[in-house]
Amino acid sequence: MTAFTFHGHAFTALPSGALHWPAQDALLVADLHLGKSERTARRGGPLLPPYEVQATLTRLTDDLRATGARCLIALGDSFDDDAAQTALPPAAQTLLDQIAARQETLWISGNHDPKSQAVAEITLHGLTLRHIAAPPGPDISGHYHPKLTLAGRRLPAFLVGAQHLILPAYGAYTGGLDAGHPALATLIPDGCAILTGKRTRMVPLPRGSSLHKYPGGRARQRSGGNAPQ
Amino acid sequence: MTQTLPTVLTDWFHAQGWQPHRHQLEMLRAPGHALLIAPTGGGKTLAGFLPTLADACTGTMGDGMHTLYVSPLKALTHDIARNLSRPVAELGLKLRIEDRTGDTAAARRARQRVDPPHVLLTTPESLALMLSYPEAPRIFAGLKRVVIDEIHALAESKRGDQLALGLSRLMTLAPGLRMAGLSATVENPAALAQFMGGAEVVLADPGPPPDIAMLPTTATPPWSGAGGAYAARDVLAAIRDARLTLVFINTRAQAEVFFQALWAVNDENLPIGLHHGSLSRDARHKVEAAMAQGALRAVVATGSLDLGLDWGDVDLVIQIGAPKNIKRLVQRIGRANHRFDAPSRARIVPANRFEVLECVAALQAVQAGELDGDGLPPVGGLDVLCQHILTLACAGPFKAETLFHEIRRAGPYAGLSRAQFDDCLDFVATGGYALRAYDRWQRLMERGGQWQLRDPRAARDIRMNIGTIVAPELLSVRRGPRGGAPLGEIEESFAASLSPGDTFLIGGQTVRYDRLRDMVVEVTPQPTREPKIAVFNGLKMATSTELSARVLDLIGDRAAWDTLPAHTAEWLALQAEVATLPTPGTMTCETFLRGGRWYFALYSFAGRNANQTLGLLLTHRMEQAGLAPLGFVATDYALLIWSLEPVRDPAPLLDPDGLRDGMETWLAENAVMKRTFRAVATISGLLQRNLPGQRKSGKQATFSSDILYDTLRKFDPDHLLLRITRQESLRGLADFGRIEEMLRARPHIVHSLPPHVTPFAAPLMLEAGRIPIRGAGSERLLDEEAARMMAEAGLQMDDDRAKTGA
Repeated sequence: MTAFTFHGHAFTALPSGALHWPAQDALLVADLHLGKSERTARRGGPLLPPYEVQATLTRLTDDLRATGARCLIALGDSFDDDAAQTALPPAAQTLLDQIAARQETLWISGNHDPKSQAVAEITLHGLTLRHIAAPPGPDISGHYHPKLTLAGRRLPAFLVGAQHLILPAYGAYTGGLDAGHPALATLIPDGCAILTGKRTRMVPLPRGSSLHKYPGGRARQRSGGNAPQ
Repeated sequence: MTQTLPTVLTDWFHAQGWQPHRHQLEMLRAPGHALLIAPTGGGKTLAGFLPTLADACTGTMGDGMHTLYVSPLKALTHDIARNLSRPVAELGLKLRIEDRTGDTAAARRARQRVDPPHVLLTTPESLALMLSYPEAPRIFAGLKRVVIDEIHALAESKRGDQLALGLSRLMTLAPGLRMAGLSATVENPAALAQFMGGAEVVLADPGPPPDIAMLPTTATPPWSGAGGAYAARDVLAAIRDARLTLVFINTRAQAEVFFQALWAVNDENLPIGLHHGSLSRDARHKVEAAMAQGALRAVVATGSLDLGLDWGDVDLVIQIGAPKNIKRLVQRIGRANHRFDAPSRARIVPANRFEVLECVAALQAVQAGELDGDGLPPVGGLDVLCQHILTLACAGPFKAETLFHEIRRAGPYAGLSRAQFDDCLDFVATGGYALRAYDRWQRLMERGGQWQLRDPRAARDIRMNIGTIVAPELLSVRRGPRGGAPLGEIEESFAASLSPGDTFLIGGQTVRYDRLRDMVVEVTPQPTREPKIAVFNGLKMATSTELSARVLDLIGDRAAWDTLPAHTAEWLALQAEVATLPTPGTMTCETFLRGGRWYFALYSFAGRNANQTLGLLLTHRMEQAGLAPLGFVATDYALLIWSLEPVRDPAPLLDPDGLRDGMETWLAENAVMKRTFRAVATISGLLQRNLPGQRKSGKQATFSSDILYDTLRKFDPDHLLLRITRQESLRGLADFGRIEEMLRARPHIVHSLPPHVTPFAAPLMLEAGRIPIRGAGSERLLDEEAARMMAEAGLQMDDDRAKTGA
């Protein structure tokens, strides 16, 4: 896991793609896309292995247990579409109910699940939590499923910029968008990426950038901290 | 219902100064299905069509489609259409002949559904597509003849399985039809007849032995590489001396490069064309037409023309690069000089020195009359069967019982059990998962005893997914931003592994990867830099084990070096000097350092399957020993493994005892398995193909097959697709028992520590088909790369402080 600060708040990025906010006792996740296989089948597409909800929620339960977070915040696209919410397999529904019973759970709506019983956004200590990053920020969001290629491996990654903190997709069957894609590069011209996988690893953004381009770089060096402001 | 040659046809033959061959008349007289085995130039195609022409002459054609011709190649259908048009015109026959392939315009295809021609020329994929239409029973009801060309090339593949299934359906739709299979010389004609579901075998005279040799070259072949550009001048000279030459080369990229190399020295401007599958339809047709008109002196071509085109005037075939098996070589030679009684003339140009050895060995094998064996799997692919069931469901409802019996009439599925069939049907209907999740959303539903699509709109997607060729996605590589010169194509998976600044080899030059934009890989040439990653994409073809053994014998027998060109003998001597020459009965290996990676090369000469298996076994042991293996590549001769730590003592690695311990997990997680799964999942309809135009958004349109594989393995390890994947992967691997036996039989290990890449290892470094190992080494590389980037940015790492927040 990698600890960093964003707008003065300390966060920890977990290898699974979840974001821990110790001061708020909260665990943030984005783009669970629960019910993706069910939705694909409903639309007459291929019958994908129907285990992604179970896989995603098991991982989430483990992360909640490991961090001891008392609050779960899902940053939108928690369900692959609105209909998927009522069509979870029974075992998955039980897992979800258990999570909701143990933790205070805050659902933020996304473009896939706009009609859910969720809020569009919420602001905590000056940081807006929403599905899609919106300038000027500062905000924490998901939506783009950012990925980055390092040493020949393409891995989901957190992107940390001056005004935006974007989470990787937490769901099991999700594709991704390269961190260098214009949509992401515009939001986060300079900053760092934290790759997920077996462990987390931090790299600067954009690639090959030098210290002067990195907004938090000087501060980091001096304090040993890492604060892109 | 045997036929004889109508008088009009006999007269026409006489007018041409021809005499029908014995085997052509036998094919005409065969009362049922027949299989013709004849060398190229034996008038195979005419033999296949004689019954159709006879019916047309005697006015017994009937209405609608009379004859269906299926060939593995689009180009072949054009050619047949052209060749048939002459007798049809001269005999004044009212015969409508049309082709139908992926290239055929949509309007024409739509018309063919309503008003089919008398003779339709098509491919297995287009046939499957036609069988998916609700009007299929009407289109094929009057079908009397099916001609299957180049059946030997189809029978060994999943395309063959698909074709056989299609034929079984045609037999149901048109019970009286007779099939004619046309095949080049094969070792086991009975197996091919069985593939057709039973047929009478007709053997033609084999014809004179071919005139085949290595092309003497003035320049020395390079130590590695596959392009053959060094021989451009010599090849041009041979072209000048011949009337019409076909130059075959193994991959599209190589064809491009060699074509350029030829033109660079083509001072006389001899008309030379290029033909391969990546070219546009128009470009391909133009070259085919020019060749048929005699306007060309030579064509540089890849596999897209690989199979028996009856282009009569070709008098020389030049093969660049070693033909990977003997049968392929003989069939390619068949292209030249299509007069039945004149020997074919072919010259081989080895692309590197390893290939010189292979060529010499292959020539010896041809002289000895050896053909590689045909290994057919016991039952056809179940993934293909899944696709077939879906395809038929698009056409209309079916009864499971009836379909099962129909499918068992397909040769490859004669041994299909009811349980296997039910598994496949269950998979396409419900997904076949242990968790019965799709009760409401089944793909196929049984209503009133008939299976049918739940949602008829799904037919469109199913039709788009028809086919059994799962080629890697190719991206074109261009110089600089915006419309720079194209350099070639690389596989998408390879492109995805590149980071900006990485250098790799393409089209004979080193380039730096800059970015991926609109599905084009943009690069900058870096002439002075060593490539970080070497690539040449293309078909991965296995040499037969017989040929490998011949090559090893050549190396071991110094007296036989006299038969080799001088440069190759010198190359062998150099290898002996720097490292050790492999000899039969030993395990010769070497360890060297290059570009920060340790390489371990093992020259087993045991064939690709055995070496691939050894690669999996040895990397497992290396991972356990902390040597951090990063990947391996297996060829017919050798195995090359690269790692972060060197192999100092190969003896414990090659110890046959305990070799399989802990292998199960290692195997299941390996890239070989995942690659197979991707193909199986695509063919069986679980993964949609990426279609052009769908993937411009930048966001991945499809699911990662690796994730589906991992999920299935975790939650549903006995799923049908995993069973198929395991079976197929194992077919590409040698039996562990055989490997242990080999290691026991060859306990003498010769290990050298050369100071640099050896002459033998150089070609291996450029091999395609690398298998990555995702272990500790890969994690270390990620760490190093991240640390380097952070250091370049003047930052330090803050990772891995064990903060759980708890």
